[in-house]
Amino acid sequence: MRSEENIGQRGVGDVKVAAAREVRDGGERSAQLQEGQRQPGTSRAGGRQGRVPSWLSAIVEQGTAMPAVISLVVIAVFFEIESRYFLTGSNLSNLVVQTTTLVPIALGEVGVLLLAEIDLSLGSIVGATSAILGVMVSEVGLPWWLGMIIALACGAAMGAFQGAWIAFIRIPSFVVTIGGWLGFLGLQLFILGPQGTLSIFNPQVAALTGSYIPGGAGWIVGGALAAAVIARALLRLRAAGGRRRFGSLALPALAAVLMVGVVAILNSYKGVPTAFVVVMGLLLAGWWILQHTRPGRNVFAIGGNPEPARRAGIGVRRIRFTAFVIAGTLGAVGGLMAASYNSSAGTLTGGGTLLLEAIGAAVIGGTSLFGGQGTVWAALSGALIMSAISNGLDLMNASSPVKYMVQGAVVLLAVTVDTLLRRRAGRSRRLGGITMSVGAQ
Amino acid sequence: MRGLWTPGGAKGSDANPVASAAVTAVEGGAPMLAPGLSRGQEVLRVSGVRKSFGQVQALDGVDLSVNDSEVVALVGDNGAGKSTFVKIVSGVIPMDEGELYMHGARIVVHSPNDAARLGIRTIHQDLGLADNLGTVENLFLGRELYRGVGPVRWVDFGAMGERTRAVLSDLGIGNISDVNLPVSQLSGGQRQTVAVARATLDNCNILLLDEPTASLGLREARHVLDLILRLKQQGAGLLLISHNIRQVFEVADRIVVLRLGRVAGVFDRSETTPETVVKAIMGRQ
Repeated sequence: MRSEENIGQRGVGDVKVAAAREVRDGGERSAQLQEGQRQPGTSRAGGRQGRVPSWLSAIVEQGTAMPAVISLVVIAVFFEIESRYFLTGSNLSNLVVQTTTLVPIALGEVGVLLLAEIDLSLGSIVGATSAILGVMVSEVGLPWWLGMIIALACGAAMGAFQGAWIAFIRIPSFVVTIGGWLGFLGLQLFILGPQGTLSIFNPQVAALTGSYIPGGAGWIVGGALAAAVIARALLRLRAAGGRRRFGSLALPALAAVLMVGVVAILNSYKGVPTAFVVVMGLLLAGWWILQHTRPGRNVFAIGGNPEPARRAGIGVRRIRFTAFVIAGTLGAVGGLMAASYNSSAGTLTGGGTLLLEAIGAAVIGGTSLFGGQGTVWAALSGALIMSAISNGLDLMNASSPVKYMVQGAVVLLAVTVDTLLRRRAGRSRRLGGITMSVGAQ
Repeated sequence: MRGLWTPGGAKGSDANPVASAAVTAVEGGAPMLAPGLSRGQEVLRVSGVRKSFGQVQALDGVDLSVNDSEVVALVGDNGAGKSTFVKIVSGVIPMDEGELYMHGARIVVHSPNDAARLGIRTIHQDLGLADNLGTVENLFLGRELYRGVGPVRWVDFGAMGERTRAVLSDLGIGNISDVNLPVSQLSGGQRQTVAVARATLDNCNILLLDEPTASLGLREARHVLDLILRLKQQGAGLLLISHNIRQVFEVADRIVVLRLGRVAGVFDRSETTPETVVKAIMGRQ
């Protein structure tokens, strides 16, 4: 439609020197480039789209992870009403600890998905690195910290191996990481040997997911995070010239209340799990890198379109390579968590639905599979949604078949709602010319 | 926009003595858009450029020069060699034979980075924007500004936003109300504006525009033509590649016609007519 208008307009009064074919081709090509860039006021469907309530578009705009956070609240309320047990300290603590295996993997996926790549090997890296940790600590007898460092280094090396293939030889990541998925699974089975399971009796390794920080420290960490979120919202409000909209304060306030509430509930049991603090640290580091450093910002540019990024002098290959190294390392973090949680490394560690749950978590949280869009908080909120549903259905004594079906439906529903809201909000934003807050999310 | 920000500049000499010498020469020269610059100085001269692709002689000894405060239009039919010419000057492909001079000094351009260092900025037809990022981040793509405390440094969105607004207002552009809106949501003309602002953000001696209005409607094209005229007023040398003779006659001072890899005619806009130029393009003198 647009291209016809264009050609029509171009034709008026122009003395065309080129062959008509060329003009048409040029027009169509540029029209494709222009798709979705309708100028304010030119959209004929504007009246209908204008109905999107401002609070709804505010939620979508606020940050890509916001719809997921709200879904999480709804899910928590639903299961609390149904089971009366969901929001107890012991259950929430258990849920959070279970999530600590999933979140690092999901975070690694966010990093590569932002570049419009994918890593299908992270499940196998979890398995292989947990086996490496087991061998180092239980069989070789290395101290726990050295075993962990070796496991992390092996994860990084696996990521680097794949990253080199993807970034420098330019083999599609889908293919390379399918190779990695199988290859590292083989490595895992080889390390574990014929008996297939390695028990890890090491108090420090177990403490990673089995210990809790003191109540006071939990309050300090939770309070500091909540205060930081509020302070950031206020700073942004000031930077935006005090133009207040719904969501500019309400949503950060909601997030802050959630943080404090979660700390309160966890403290009513044993305290905030150490593993959760570690995971939050990783998320904060990831957030800082992606939002506030040059390589981080360039990730978004490359994910959106690598060619302009390359022409702008960005080291596209270097950044792609690094993303896979980081993903591999985070896979190893997941491996440490899994080994600690199970007190063992087995052939099934890192297998099953873990990898796809991590990718699902990243996408539910609002990370685009096509690159250039998403936040690290997607890893947390998405992983919590996946785990919360599984956990809540367990509390309701649902069977495995039901659990899988419900989880599948939720993934589909969450992403559909997110996509539709985003599409509508994008249009209405273009029409209304609402000003977004300064700086990227 | 003058002297707002200068990148690493001529630091990397790429083991190319000719290029680095030329860079030094250029560094000493007057920056673009400096007020009071004497008008009509030659910025870029291209001499005897030849390029063949296998059997096809794409360019066969092309001479061309662009002065500051001047818009030179390069027109020609398909296959005349316009794109090849732009690619050679902007360092995307090497030439077989020929010489480039900037402000009278010989330069050698081996890569787009060389060209950028020398202040040869090109806006290709696809604009080269990162669609999912805002105007600010596009302007500073790959050269983000930093601030920090001690060793901790972070991207300074505030300063980048301010400079973006300053550059846009320097270019006389007030129609991008939100500099953080993803550029995919801007109109074609606004996107073109962002590309121009990015190209002229720093160290720009000459701007090559490849079909800047090809994808635009009439109103949007008008806007871009105004932008070209404003850049010219500010002292820039511009080389405009276009199919649209009417628009060429609106903004160009000189019109260079390429035909089958040779210059088929150079016309002063005030002394020629569209019909004459079209005839030269078609080869019906």
